[in-house]
Amino acid sequence: MKIAVCIKQVPDSWAQKTMGGDGRLDRANVDAVLNDLDEYAIESALKLVEANSPTGEAGEGSGHSITVISMGPERATEALRKALSMGVDDAILISDEALAGSDALATSKVLATAITAGGFDLVICGTESTDARMSVVPAMLAERLSFAQLTFAASINVEGSTVKISRQTEFGVEEMSAELPAVVSVVEKINEPRYPSFKGIMASKKKPLVTKSLAEVGIAAGDVGSSAAWSSVKDSLPRPARGAGIKVTDNGDGGSQLAAFLAERKLI
Amino acid sequence: MSEVIILVDSVAGKVSKATAELATFGKKVGSVTAVICSSDSEALLPQLSTMAIDRVITCTGVDFEKHSTGATAAALAEVVNSIKPAAVLIASTARGKEIAGRLAVRCESGIITDAIDIDADLITTQSVFGGSTTVHSSVTHGTPIITIRGNSIEAIVGSSTPTHEDFPVSYDGADKAVVSSLAPAVKGGRPELTEASIIVSGGKGTDGNFAPVEGLADALGAAVGASRAATDAGWYPHSFQVGQTGKTVSPQLYIAAGISGAIQHRAGMQTSKTIVAVNKDADAPIFDVADFGVIGDLFAVLPQVTEAVTAKKG
Repeated sequence: MKIAVCIKQVPDSWAQKTMGGDGRLDRANVDAVLNDLDEYAIESALKLVEANSPTGEAGEGSGHSITVISMGPERATEALRKALSMGVDDAILISDEALAGSDALATSKVLATAITAGGFDLVICGTESTDARMSVVPAMLAERLSFAQLTFAASINVEGSTVKISRQTEFGVEEMSAELPAVVSVVEKINEPRYPSFKGIMASKKKPLVTKSLAEVGIAAGDVGSSAAWSSVKDSLPRPARGAGIKVTDNGDGGSQLAAFLAERKLI
Repeated sequence: MSEVIILVDSVAGKVSKATAELATFGKKVGSVTAVICSSDSEALLPQLSTMAIDRVITCTGVDFEKHSTGATAAALAEVVNSIKPAAVLIASTARGKEIAGRLAVRCESGIITDAIDIDADLITTQSVFGGSTTVHSSVTHGTPIITIRGNSIEAIVGSSTPTHEDFPVSYDGADKAVVSSLAPAVKGGRPELTEASIIVSGGKGTDGNFAPVEGLADALGAAVGASRAATDAGWYPHSFQVGQTGKTVSPQLYIAAGISGAIQHRAGMQTSKTIVAVNKDADAPIFDVADFGVIGDLFAVLPQVTEAVTAKKG
């Protein structure tokens, strides 16, 4: 298997996020971290390779490879380094000033182009990024690549060239299967992502991390970025903070007071 | 008059409440054409006559359930290319957003997800960053593809006599994944989390005992939710998790019991119309967003509320 894991560096999910004057998320003034949900995708790739490796380990000698791919500013290398320290083999960052303000359509186009160029047969993603939360990029990748789409996987297995997942949807528990190549997105209950070991952190410093410009990927600057985005923000307003309301201490009638409040609001 | 397409959302042969809401939003813009992409189309069709729908198109010739979202997006793209609507509205479910994403690629159109309102000019309202910011946006290229969150509008209910036509589609096999087996979800008597107008959620404070949470939910006809702490502990299934990595809900009333209200949880419920919190810890951040908070033990407070609700129903 030649696995690509798509990751994103996002503002720390504990941070207070605000909009910049350009109608985009202000990323400059917040801590940036590897998107939580992408760690499950990295862990899934590592587990799949370990299960299919003669040595039981990922890396050289496993007969498989894992590449993390990200699109973002130069500092996204921190997120890629973290993936390398978890045990991934190499990393590609597509970084270009012209990419700033790209929408999901442009993001999926850039990632799909890099995936095609790399000849990957399995693409693993998290279900969404914790900043934009659209949850559409995995499906867009499958559409662009004409790969099978197996999303929201709660378990994943590859036997030969067949990938199987199970997932919980509003319809019930579904078992899905497809021949590779495929795009899989994984939910957070699929595994417990490992912490980078000291050995992993040291080894990651020697692993290949390539930064490519748009020209190197083969995409015209005019096709991406905020000027090519197919949706635009008209305005954004901080919502008035929810004022804390009435707060009572239960002295035996807290439930009754609560019920009275609900009745007054005609909620019961 | 402009025509708006809505994708009929259904589970197990039943049209969801979200579909009626999409039709109601569509009416703000123009006439509403509902598109059915389902193996249950015959069962779904009569259910649409209580909604604000002018025309129904049933896509035929494809086993939609087996092929999941790829086939639905392909069929919808054929309809869009044929009738050139002013916009396509889809329910903001995991499945709906995937279909919308694939459709946007196919139709070379802009996409906006998780809108909570649209106006006659198709300007959308979204509530982002855990409800702390309201954003107005519009699609600037192609056919606007907009997914709308459930419970964002009071659906128009009445009777209509939509025209109906079949629309044969072919499946180009772009998505080769197939659903090989399905164990249908066991339906409890409670409403769906994302559709419910009242939700009672339990967290760490339940210590694994959801009985008082479920008791109050049943008295109120409400759905049950859970915080990530509760689902990670295995006390309640992950599919009931409310929060940043779970479901985003916006009910009329949200009751948080034994939930501290970490920012990740608030991100999933902060747009609820009325928020009520019960927590032993007077400093729990959930009280910062609660319209009414009780500092106390949920095991004492919740049963008292349940009793009062039951008494009131008489």
